[in-house]
Amino acid sequence: MADDELILGHRNSEWTGLGPILEEDIAFSSMAQDKLGHALALYTVLTKMGESDPDTLAFSRNENKLKCCHLVEFPIGDYAFSLMRHFLFDEAEALRFEMLSSSSFEELANVAKKFRGELKYHTMHAETWINQLGNSNEESHAKMQSALNECFPLSLGIFEPSDFEDVLKESKVFEGEKVLQERWLQRVGKVLEKSNLKLPDIITVTPSYGGRKGYHTEYLQPMLDEMTEVYSIDPKAEW
Amino acid sequence: MSIKSLDPRVTRESLPEQPDNIPIKELNHWQTYEVFHQAKKGDHHAHVGSLHAPNTEMAVILAKEQFARRYKCVNVWVVKTSDVFTTDSEDEDIFETNPEKIYREASGYKVMDRINKFKLDNKVS
Repeated sequence: MADDELILGHRNSEWTGLGPILEEDIAFSSMAQDKLGHALALYTVLTKMGESDPDTLAFSRNENKLKCCHLVEFPIGDYAFSLMRHFLFDEAEALRFEMLSSSSFEELANVAKKFRGELKYHTMHAETWINQLGNSNEESHAKMQSALNECFPLSLGIFEPSDFEDVLKESKVFEGEKVLQERWLQRVGKVLEKSNLKLPDIITVTPSYGGRKGYHTEYLQPMLDEMTEVYSIDPKAEW
Repeated sequence: MSIKSLDPRVTRESLPEQPDNIPIKELNHWQTYEVFHQAKKGDHHAHVGSLHAPNTEMAVILAKEQFARRYKCVNVWVVKTSDVFTTDSEDEDIFETNPEKIYREASGYKVMDRINKFKLDNKVS
């Protein structure tokens, strides 16, 4: 989860200064900051459980140690792609943390409750834009539909089944990816319908799995190299 | 020739060094909205600025990040600038004699003096 937030936050911050409208550039960059905040909070939970400190976790791992899904690795593409990715990912994120706020793992539940307000805005923002562009004119509709077709198989990678699920379900930490995916499909389906966009049939689509096990697209390592360039010059520097 | 910046994100966009002049057509901007925000429940909404947006839903979404991403805030209003009716700046003179009318100010009524006097009187009796 932390890796998803880190990578997507970084990708979204690549739009700073290049966004289509001033106000939207500010909003998108601000939400990227929020994502990095989420990553920090999640890494901190891991640190308390015995992992290294957040900076080390974020900046010193190579791609085979990262567990983010393929969706978040892709370059920013055009704004339609980034908006669609923002919509599909943030809806899943919001639902996931809603489920986790009643987790038996208290640290995680507290973190999940904290994110709620921010995620509410992220999904409001995404839904408003999807609605606006889906319903505007032929060009915007076409771009959004093609972005949706491209993002959908990638976004199914968010719900890649894990080997540890049974343990998590039994100890009531998490209800499982299948349940999450179902709720997500229902939720995004409703918004897309209002925006006149068609969700591809899930049976016809190959989900982009592998991310959770350390198998990534060719886009991740170059991005990591760029992101960690300054840190790598002197990992022990005081900031 | 495209711009080569120290920032790789700018370089890879291949932006033209000398961009063609794109004339801004009249009416090419969206309408503006005035934004007001409320620091805590019960406060008056204060005017904080304006932004461009195509409609009210987008205006509210964008206003949250333009004017309500720092400090305490609980609520945001947006109003189309064209719906805000104002007095002309040429008519400033209608307010000119206000400073001479201190009988209209509440500062003449000294509340704390009266409260303290009341407390004192009641202690005595």
